[in-house]
Amino acid sequence: MALQADVAESDGLPVAHAQTGQSSVQPGGAEQLLKVEHVSLSFGGVKAVTDISFDILKGEVRAIIGPNGAGKTSMLNVINGFYHPQEGVISFKGKPRRRMKPHQAAASGIARTFQNVALFKGMSTLDNIMSGRSLKMHRGFFWQVLHVGPARAEEIQHRRRVEEIIDFLEIAHIRKQPVGKLPYGLQKRVELGRAMAMEPELLLLDEPMAGMNLEEKEDMSRFIIDLNTEFGTTIALIEHDMGVVMDLADRVVVLDYGKKIADGTPGEVQASQAVIDAYLGVAH
Amino acid sequence: MELIHSILVAPFIEMVAYPDFFLQVVWEGFVAGVLYSLIALGFVLIYKASGVFNFAQGIMVVFAALALVSLHAMGVPAWLAVLLSLGIMGLLAVGIERLVLRKLVNQHDAILLMATIGLTLVLKGVGQLVFGGEPKPMITEQLGLPTGSTDWEVFDGIVIFQHIDIAAAVIAVLMVMALGVFFSKTRIGRALRAVADDHQAALSVGISLHQIWAIVWFASGIVALVTGIMWGARSEVSFALEIIALKALAVLILGGFTSIPGAIVGGLMIGVGEKLFEVYWGALFGSGVEAWFAYVLALIFLLFRPQGLFGERIIERV
Amino acid sequence: MLYREAGQFKTSYAADQALMPITQDRVGLLVILVVTFVVIPVFATDFFIGSIMIPFLVFALAAIGLNILTGYAGQLSLGTGAFMGVGAYSCYKLATIFPDINIIVLILVSGVFSALVGVLFGLPSLRIKGLYLAITTLAAQFFLEWCFIRIAWLYNYNDSGAIEVPQRKLFDIAITGASATPTVRYLIIAGLVAVLTLVAANVLRGRIGRSWMMIRDMDIAAELMGIRPLYAKLSAFAFSSYYCGVAGALMVFMWLGSAEVEAFDINHSFLVLFMVIIGGMGSLVGCFMGAAFIWVLPIIIRAVPQMLGLDILAATTEHIANIIIGVLIIFFLIVEPHGLARLWQIGKEKLRTWPFPYAST
Repeated sequence: MALQADVAESDGLPVAHAQTGQSSVQPGGAEQLLKVEHVSLSFGGVKAVTDISFDILKGEVRAIIGPNGAGKTSMLNVINGFYHPQEGVISFKGKPRRRMKPHQAAASGIARTFQNVALFKGMSTLDNIMSGRSLKMHRGFFWQVLHVGPARAEEIQHRRRVEEIIDFLEIAHIRKQPVGKLPYGLQKRVELGRAMAMEPELLLLDEPMAGMNLEEKEDMSRFIIDLNTEFGTTIALIEHDMGVVMDLADRVVVLDYGKKIADGTPGEVQASQAVIDAYLGVAH
Repeated sequence: MELIHSILVAPFIEMVAYPDFFLQVVWEGFVAGVLYSLIALGFVLIYKASGVFNFAQGIMVVFAALALVSLHAMGVPAWLAVLLSLGIMGLLAVGIERLVLRKLVNQHDAILLMATIGLTLVLKGVGQLVFGGEPKPMITEQLGLPTGSTDWEVFDGIVIFQHIDIAAAVIAVLMVMALGVFFSKTRIGRALRAVADDHQAALSVGISLHQIWAIVWFASGIVALVTGIMWGARSEVSFALEIIALKALAVLILGGFTSIPGAIVGGLMIGVGEKLFEVYWGALFGSGVEAWFAYVLALIFLLFRPQGLFGERIIERV
Repeated sequence: MLYREAGQFKTSYAADQALMPITQDRVGLLVILVVTFVVIPVFATDFFIGSIMIPFLVFALAAIGLNILTGYAGQLSLGTGAFMGVGAYSCYKLATIFPDINIIVLILVSGVFSALVGVLFGLPSLRIKGLYLAITTLAAQFFLEWCFIRIAWLYNYNDSGAIEVPQRKLFDIAITGASATPTVRYLIIAGLVAVLTLVAANVLRGRIGRSWMMIRDMDIAAELMGIRPLYAKLSAFAFSSYYCGVAGALMVFMWLGSAEVEAFDINHSFLVLFMVIIGGMGSLVGCFMGAAFIWVLPIIIRAVPQMLGLDILAATTEHIANIIIGVLIIFFLIVEPHGLARLWQIGKEKLRTWPFPYAST
């Protein structure tokens, strides 16, 4: 479903490949891509996440919201294997797993961006996005040394894909600049590009619009929608801007103090008394 | 079989058979350990307050001791030489803060480490240029430090205690206590702890980072001078000490980078451990194992307890 | 004016990704190669070749090794000297055991042993980061130094404890030992260094090099993108140590002629580290600049007072060199952490846009 176009074939924008022949993009009848069951995580007695269950359907945009410290980022960290929950099972593509290393999660098709931009600061925009192709490059040490023949062909093939992403995100002008010196909004965009380059089935976005102005938020929303509808990438995002969440998300899960307090469509969640209490506080 | 015996059994039989010798070895190791602890203490002070891993601590010890000895050789009375050496270390602290640290605020810690390696070169060069490169005897008697030795008859044998070693241990204890009081009771001590906890928060309540940094560097300069005197009194003042001082890095692994008790316990463990290892197991490996024992111990330690003896478990965040 | 890429259009990604996309750079490299392989061997004095060029190239190679580990993969090492030693002693043993195999082959093979030892001491890097790792490399340094002294087999039970280079020939020309001329040894070193530099450049710009830089810049993100820290770090250790090992073997076989353990002590580890810092971390060109600078500076400091007719002790010049290098290290870390290589790059950028300084991006 996700962006799985064959590298060698794609010359133009990777538009058509993803959707051909598939119709189950709509949530509702779609299959579960990820299922989280009764997950609990604690750090030496401090509970970060308690008994959380939810699922992410193929092709949907799933938002995870909640006040600060609700355990949202911890939840993402659990999903891509950076933290190991003490209890609970996570199934990805129908396969349950308990302990998984981050690089294994990446190999199985989960990519993410970070709350505080985690780009490779010493590298250029191009190299950063190229780094997203790491898992898809296989030429061994011998060819790397010679840098002719297969290794070079592989490098160029992937460069072509990366250039498509660069076009998509409209960052061609900063292609060769070191990312450390880019403005924050562009860094976030490069980070999205890096995750896109992995061609993930599930893309986790941790506050993709934090610290952005309105215009940048609109750009970012547009990229996320395009990514979802054109390439069919399933997206889970954490975001504090409720306007953005309500517009983008198909379904929303709400966390508070590490517990799930609501789950449903944006409309349902907005109407939930528990959510209103969590955000506005309750008189005790 | 024989090998296992000579590793696991024979050394212990020997320890029990000649307990006086064993005690002597432990004491020697203990005293060396005190000196490692003192160097490590200088590291910890600076690391706590500024996050700088001060590679130059070893050369500061040499520098301070050389300054003292050279001043005395120029005819300055011992007490005045001590004061002047302290003054030199103070100036050095201010200079380092002004010219190096202030310009490297917020840099990656590896950069800071390398800056102190550069500092090491400068101090070494200046030290050799000004004071000369040849080893010098410490002015032990002039400073009023004891020189004799006491024999302690025990287990049908004797254990020899050099008075200077006892003095070193006592002075080390006093200095750690003084530092403890300084940290917990004075206004500057409180500010120091605040800075150690969170630079920015400390800045926001009006603590001057520059001042604090200069003070901690001066404090470890004082520690360096004391260490230099003690070390010099046991052997002599020379630049060879610089390499030995690297063992304090291993001490820090054991004790943790920010823990003063850790530095002391770690130093003693390494001091005693390497002496015992050298004496009882060294022959198996062909002697000279003291050169690497500390580092290998630290390495093994790192694999099992990366946060050190007293450090807190590190939780990584994304 | 001369250094300008206007009019040089890239029409393929291959051209854009070339090692030197700008024509002027390629011309510059050609000039350097001609000077290295033709002008210097023909015109330079034996002193210049033997005391400046050969050590410079050996240290540049070692600096490349360390730079791969520290500058590209972000793992600080203080054990370069010992890894060079592993290469040198391996080469010596290989030359003893296989006297008929060409010595150049043995030098290249000896790097493999160094790489293996590097991997062994790199294992802790999987659990330990940053400064902690620096201390484990100190463990490698002191432990290996001790091995070089205590394991007499390594130096064939010599009474001197030193390794002496045997005479070896290639096409009837002596290439090692006392009768090998500096020019011959220089050409072999220069050839090896040129090839190994190209190999390093290729590896660094490909998938493997990128995985090292990912680990360096943000190890957590790298792991979440599918990089296995085990492979990335250990391959960096292996690759880096290989270069250091070959540099060590070249140092003894092609430069010193014999060596004791002091040739691989911690001071040499630091010397190479200084070259990397001053030259520029994460830059191959910087390795050459740093090595040239650190090696030549003391020679110049020694030579200048002599030319002025002043009489200064050799020890004094060494101390002055120490101070200057120390100050420069601090200076570079403050002003330009990427060293001479970065200054060179800035200079080139300026040239590109000259005379319109405001036209730069």
